Amino acid sequence: MHSVPVDVEKVSPYNGKIIIDMAYTEEELKKELETKEYEYGFYTDIESDTFPKGLNEEIVIAISKKKEEPEWMTLWRLAAFKGWKEMVEPEWANIHYKKPNFQDISYYSAPNSKPKYDSLDEVDPELLDTFKRLGISIDEQKKLAGVAVDIVMDSVSVATTFKKTLAEKGIIFCSISEAIREHPELVKKYIGSVVPPKDNFYAALNSAVFSDGSFCYIPKGVRCPMELSTYFRINQAGTGQFERTLVIADEGSYVSYLEGCTAPSRDENQLHAAVVELIALDNSEIKYSTVQNWFPGDKEGKGGVFNFVTKRGLCEKGAKISWTQVETGSAITWKYPSCILKGDNSIGEFYSIAVTNNYQQADTGTKMVHIGKNTKSTIISKGISAGKSQNSYRGLVQVNSRANNARNFSQCDSLLMGNECGAHTFPYIEVKNKTAHIEHEATTSKIGEDQIFYCNQRGIDTEKAIALIVNGFSKEVLNKLPMEFAVEAQKLLEISLEGSVG
Amino acid sequence: MDLKDKLVSSFMAFENNVDVDHPIHDIRSEAIKNFEVKGFPSKKEEAWKYTSLNSLQKVDFSIFPKEENALEYHQVKKYFLHEIDTYKIVFIDGIYSSYLSETTHDGVDICLMSAALTKPMYKPVIDVYFNKVASKEESLTTLNTAFSREGAYIYIPKNKAPKKPVEIIHFATGNEATLMLQPRNLIIVEENAELQVIERHQSLTANEVLTNCVTEIFAARNAIIDYYKVQNDSSKASLIDNTYISQKDNSVVKVHTFSFGGKLTRNNLNFFQNGEHIDSTLKGVTILGEKQHVDHHTLVHHRQPNSESHQDYKGIYGEKSTGVFNGKIIVDKVAQKTNAFQQNNNVLISDKATINTKPQLEIFADDVKCSHGCTIGQLDEEAMFYLQSRGIPRKEATGLLMYAFANNVLESVRIPELKKRINKLIATKLGVRLGFDL
Repeated sequence: MHSVPVDVEKVSPYNGKIIIDMAYTEEELKKELETKEYEYGFYTDIESDTFPKGLNEEIVIAISKKKEEPEWMTLWRLAAFKGWKEMVEPEWANIHYKKPNFQDISYYSAPNSKPKYDSLDEVDPELLDTFKRLGISIDEQKKLAGVAVDIVMDSVSVATTFKKTLAEKGIIFCSISEAIREHPELVKKYIGSVVPPKDNFYAALNSAVFSDGSFCYIPKGVRCPMELSTYFRINQAGTGQFERTLVIADEGSYVSYLEGCTAPSRDENQLHAAVVELIALDNSEIKYSTVQNWFPGDKEGKGGVFNFVTKRGLCEKGAKISWTQVETGSAITWKYPSCILKGDNSIGEFYSIAVTNNYQQADTGTKMVHIGKNTKSTIISKGISAGKSQNSYRGLVQVNSRANNARNFSQCDSLLMGNECGAHTFPYIEVKNKTAHIEHEATTSKIGEDQIFYCNQRGIDTEKAIALIVNGFSKEVLNKLPMEFAVEAQKLLEISLEGSVG
Repeated sequence: MDLKDKLVSSFMAFENNVDVDHPIHDIRSEAIKNFEVKGFPSKKEEAWKYTSLNSLQKVDFSIFPKEENALEYHQVKKYFLHEIDTYKIVFIDGIYSSYLSETTHDGVDICLMSAALTKPMYKPVIDVYFNKVASKEESLTTLNTAFSREGAYIYIPKNKAPKKPVEIIHFATGNEATLMLQPRNLIIVEENAELQVIERHQSLTANEVLTNCVTEIFAARNAIIDYYKVQNDSSKASLIDNTYISQKDNSVVKVHTFSFGGKLTRNNLNFFQNGEHIDSTLKGVTILGEKQHVDHHTLVHHRQPNSESHQDYKGIYGEKSTGVFNGKIIVDKVAQKTNAFQQNNNVLISDKATINTKPQLEIFADDVKCSHGCTIGQLDEEAMFYLQSRGIPRKEATGLLMYAFANNVLESVRIPELKKRINKLIATKLGVRLGFDL
């Protein structure tokens, strides 16, 4: 456990608020947690253009056709599909679930009103209402300083704001299907370069059937003036969500990318298999933040999203990739945002909070592959498990024989709430170079009685003390989130984090 | 014929030499069936990810040595802890050597597994303890169980403590071109009793040897056991050591593993805490060179509340050696107030050396303190400079620093003569003469 930050209220209004919200008694919290229904569970009634269930080559071709893709893309998808057919689902993760039937999923669903909008007035009012109920209405987003939103609703980009401002700088921020049509040279060069189509079972599936996603290109030496943000939602019943994100930061550029998710309540398990590729060319920096709060299933463990995500970034010379994630949702989380530190002096960072409650299972962590000389990586992972959940950290730090002076610091802390949950750590460290400096530490604990006593002694009651300690436990990671995102992150975290105080 | 088939078919020949009507034989038959299904573990299995047994399986090992071999004491004196008096259980090519051994039945039983398995007077003990903590699933353990016939048997009754430590030594003479040994040890220490054991496997020639050893240790209430494994074998000798320890309330068991040599060494060290207020200690020093490979695979399973475990493994890897550390701690739901600590520090001193480490915590109880720490680094250049600036040559300075690095593992060795020995071994291994008596 880390020392409790006394000046926590100064840090941000966000941290301050958590304290106020958490001033319940343990009993109240427990009760509230159990009875609290998924707040964002509603269903938007928009006519969808949905494909029949099942997956075969025709479906793959049909998706490609629907997206008006060039032939090379169709072939690329088919090659991935061919590879996928020969693969088997990975079973090594510490998660247990009923495997989805891949022939029982519809691989394409898009809102019917397709034309692009230049202003919000043109957007389907029902959609706008959805976002309002989510608390992330576009109006609000627009008012928030410097946030451009590429809203993805059931796989198709419906509205992109601030696009014009970005275009002036030469920044391309659009949906991936648009990028395939309008910037084929960039897409062709980079897609699949970090996560090859046959990288793993879910990446192959995604490569074959991805419906949409975001594309971002920052030209040489440009510092993206605003945080780029995408909200994902799974909306249509029985549809899988296969997002593809490609972020390219050209030499000396900087971008901060935010990704946040909420999904409506469903009894049927929904599959999500996304692929995110980041390419950081020489001396560029990409900061990628995620808040994930998909439907975690109800308190009996029924329903919930299966989240199988492949995220990987490639760092060229002197480049830096920083992953920050707050994982509170999904019934199953299988996610390892990784950094390939290929260039000399490159830096990889991973900051994560994973909160599991009820019957949620999370197996998450990172891979840091040191290939270049003088490469550095930092891993800070905080796992909080409550209820009957299982929370695993799985990480790999690999130092190749030529990676002189590689440096890694890893820290994985787990906090257990109640004795029906489990916390697990599986850190793999493989070093083939004698100049490497690797440090790894992990702790598992509950909130110490001595810590509570210390707070009580100073006039802080137990409930507040617990809130303070949990907040302090997560603070290192929370502080890595961009300020603009913090308000939203807090809303999304609220349900799970509150409940974990028990 | 590959090694697996050979072993399975040899089992019939083995049956000709043992009493097949004895109840123990049912356990053996069951075990060989399991091995036949599972075979040797492959790198695809998570527990064997970093250690491959493929090359060993290609060797045509002789499974039953043809003749009895004798050794003179002076030939092998240096392998004994000869500075002090000890009980000795010595095997030459898997066969008990009464000439080199010193056993006893005076109040305690320090004798042979073969006697314990056949003589009726030991039957009550064998029924309760034999193959009770060893895994019935793990293929190499079951392979050993199938061929279990010889090894050390130690029984210390209530409130007893043998006056001398026990040495268990296995020599391979090299009279066979290749030899596979499968010793089976059973050690029972009853309430308030105490025991110290030193175990060593030694090949005397450059012939290929594979030892697949299983040791079961039972520590009753308040028992104290110190177990030292000295692994400094020839570069053609491979060892797969499977140790299973079951502890009851208030018992203290310490296992020290010193790995300085051998072609391939795999230590499966498993602690099962079946009581409260238990203290389990696992410590190890590994110093490797050449193309040696050592894999430490530890498990501490906390099954009851209020217990502790401490793990501290230090490794120094040179030349083309490979080190693996996989330490697993499991804390059951009921095992509240557990304190489990694990530390693994490694130094790579060569560009071709590799270290793979995977500490692992699986925790199901909330009121626990568990931590693991793992580092991989080099010797401190500033400390090196400090020593060199005071006239200590680089080589000696390196030795001093590495000695200091490994030292805290040695601190808990309770037999002074052994400690001195290990110190000397470390100094020799590091190629330095330390200017002071260790």
